[in-house]
Amino acid sequence: MVLSALAFYLFASLAVASAFAVIAARNPVHSVLFLILTFFNAAGLFVLLGAEFLALILVVVYVGAVAVLFLFVVMMLDVDFAELKRGALQYLPMGALIGLVVLGELVLVLGTMAAVPQSATVRTVPVPAVDEISNVEALGLILYTDYIYLFQAAGLILLVAMIGAIVLTLRHHDHVKRQNIAEQSSRQPEDAMDVVKVKPGQGI
Amino acid sequence: MYDYFQSVLGLEWGYLVAVVTHILMITVGILIGLAFLLLMDRKVWAAVQLRKGPNVVGPFGLLQSFADFFKFATKEPVIPAGADKTVFLLAPLISFVLAFAAWAVIPVYEGWAVANINVGALYLFAISSLGVYGIIMGGWASNSKYPFLGSLRSAAQMVSYEVSLGFVIVTVFLLADSLNLSEIVMAQSGGVHHWYFLKLFPVFVVFFISALAETNRPPFDLPEAESELVAGYQVEYGSTPYLLFMIAEYANIVLMCALMTLFFFGGWHPLFDIAPFTWLHGVFWFLGKVVFFFFMFAMAKAMVPRYRYDQLMRIGWKIFLPFTLFWIFGQAVFMAVF
Repeated sequence: MVLSALAFYLFASLAVASAFAVIAARNPVHSVLFLILTFFNAAGLFVLLGAEFLALILVVVYVGAVAVLFLFVVMMLDVDFAELKRGALQYLPMGALIGLVVLGELVLVLGTMAAVPQSATVRTVPVPAVDEISNVEALGLILYTDYIYLFQAAGLILLVAMIGAIVLTLRHHDHVKRQNIAEQSSRQPEDAMDVVKVKPGQGI
Repeated sequence: MYDYFQSVLGLEWGYLVAVVTHILMITVGILIGLAFLLLMDRKVWAAVQLRKGPNVVGPFGLLQSFADFFKFATKEPVIPAGADKTVFLLAPLISFVLAFAAWAVIPVYEGWAVANINVGALYLFAISSLGVYGIIMGGWASNSKYPFLGSLRSAAQMVSYEVSLGFVIVTVFLLADSLNLSEIVMAQSGGVHHWYFLKLFPVFVVFFISALAETNRPPFDLPEAESELVAGYQVEYGSTPYLLFMIAEYANIVLMCALMTLFFFGGWHPLFDIAPFTWLHGVFWFLGKVVFFFFMFAMAKAMVPRYRYDQLMRIGWKIFLPFTLFWIFGQAVFMAVF
């Protein structure tokens, strides 16, 4: 127990510290790197809770994919962030308000309020018991039965978003030389080159 | 080992000490193994090109890798003037640590993994998807054009091929009905006709090619592309940081070989489950298979010319992705019907 408590305090304090560093860092690339560290520590906390599937999905999706794109974008931007940040203090009241709302919601969640009243008992005594079924199986059983329509709908929304992004950014230019792979692969040596026997001293 | 430490130090701290010892043993084992695999890589490459390869240090050049190690370790690390010092030094460290962290869940033999977790395969996938950070950070922190271009290329390449790698792993999950690496291997027990590469041969080929691309090996070594980008993301690196990148690269290659062994070639199971084959301990079967795949990697490096970048992207997104996706769908339908 001592070890898991130590691990909890390590992950939790690092998560909070790196989350603070995300907004405090001067260099935006450093911010993204601290964000990744925050994700990592959150994943560590998930593991301590016994939710290893969620932890790894968090790492795969957020750290492995989303944050890479963030990093890409931030590295490509040529913006003077120090200049941008100068006026940042004027948004402090707004930011503080949002922070307060989120804090209030968290307190409500941790406190008595529950969207589904039965959920509290399910959380304390899960069916089937935690040691009988693995994380992945438990999630799969509930996702593909009770929530199958919502799950599919979420997938469709993501698909639409992906197609939308492609449609918005895809441009066809006439002057760009493109290779037709099928054409290229079906080329034979006979139509592509001529073998000429040149006699010495004569040239072609 | 675990029982011994737990009886001496108590359950919890004994476990911690035992795990740390286990990790150290595996890390040292891999590092020494890598030294010889690196030599093997160079020897195979040389043999294909009718050269002798390294043959000066030690008998048959066996100690070449150690000589290289001392050379790198004793050199002065040079950090470019405009570089982001912290990130510059952090990048090779991250690459190195991640490459070795993945080995925590690899079951070399039944119950020999440091952590036999239920989602082992997913853990591997997560760790290998993080490998891209070492490269991006190294390229960016160098504050120079070629490393940056190299790292962008590399990031795009690794992210692309992860997708097909992930889908291929899903086909294995479907067959084995588990995400636990040991259970995946156990599901393939009983001889070569139970190994998954027979049932999943097309996706195994996809996995092999994607593994080459994911580890930035030739013919997909575009991140390095020494003829156009000098050496890609590692241009500015020298001495120990470069060494760390290099070890991480090879550790990842061997990891991919281990994954192919576990997912498609029955892990520690012998070729046939009868007498002369079962005499050899499972560990040697596992290592033998890994070395075989490493040999295949080395041969691919020696024989195949480098791909063009648009061809690389095309094969990843337009061929492997749809193919593996339809394969999963077909396999799932097949398994549900029959």
